[in-house]
Amino acid sequence: MTITVQYFARLREDLGRERDEVAATGELQTVGDLWRHLHGDPPARLMAAVNQAHARLDTPVADGDEVAFFPPVTGG
Amino acid sequence: MAVRLFDHPFDPWALVRERERQLPLERLGACSVFAGRMRDFNEAEDIRAMFLEHYPGMTERELERIVAEAEARWPSITCEVAHRVGAVDPSETLVLVAVWSAHRVAARDACAEILERLKHEAPFWKRERLTDGTERWVEQNTPGH
Repeated sequence: MTITVQYFARLREDLGRERDEVAATGELQTVGDLWRHLHGDPPARLMAAVNQAHARLDTPVADGDEVAFFPPVTGG
Repeated sequence: MAVRLFDHPFDPWALVRERERQLPLERLGACSVFAGRMRDFNEAEDIRAMFLEHYPGMTERELERIVAEAEARWPSITCEVAHRVGAVDPSETLVLVAVWSAHRVAARDACAEILERLKHEAPFWKRERLTDGTERWVEQNTPGH
């Protein structure tokens, strides 16, 4: 089973891809674990969501979750 | 509650009129409306066009959550929120927040609160195209401007 990771806006362009699929393991407990596993230290002002709700780096993740990372939002 | 995303130009005043036809206006003494348009300048540069990226699914959910939380805080209000996505040209409307209430303070305060939360919580990202053809992401919304 996997965790789906999506990227938006400048982050997607900087990483050169829209998404990653990550095998869910016991080491990946939180949103921050997932980012560090894929990309190393998280950048300042990184925003995240789990299953389309705002999340923090210490928010837990589980098998089957949809996780998203994105820069500060600029709507309105 | 009504939350809508448009991938084409919309007339905010038509949305307000359309909604008012369905509301008990004799009970709603106040209506506060914010309509935000795209400017042709930003940070001293001329902007030719903009692309508004969003997170399909989460964007709608966030707007609905923001409106639901305002409705819980000001129980008497009725809200209409609309936002553009995709390619936008200067002078087109980007966002509409309309709030009806029995009295002015709830309408005015809820309208301001929904707009500020939308700008800082709803997943939209602006990419600007300048008149020289270069493109750039808007880095952040300025608080309270």
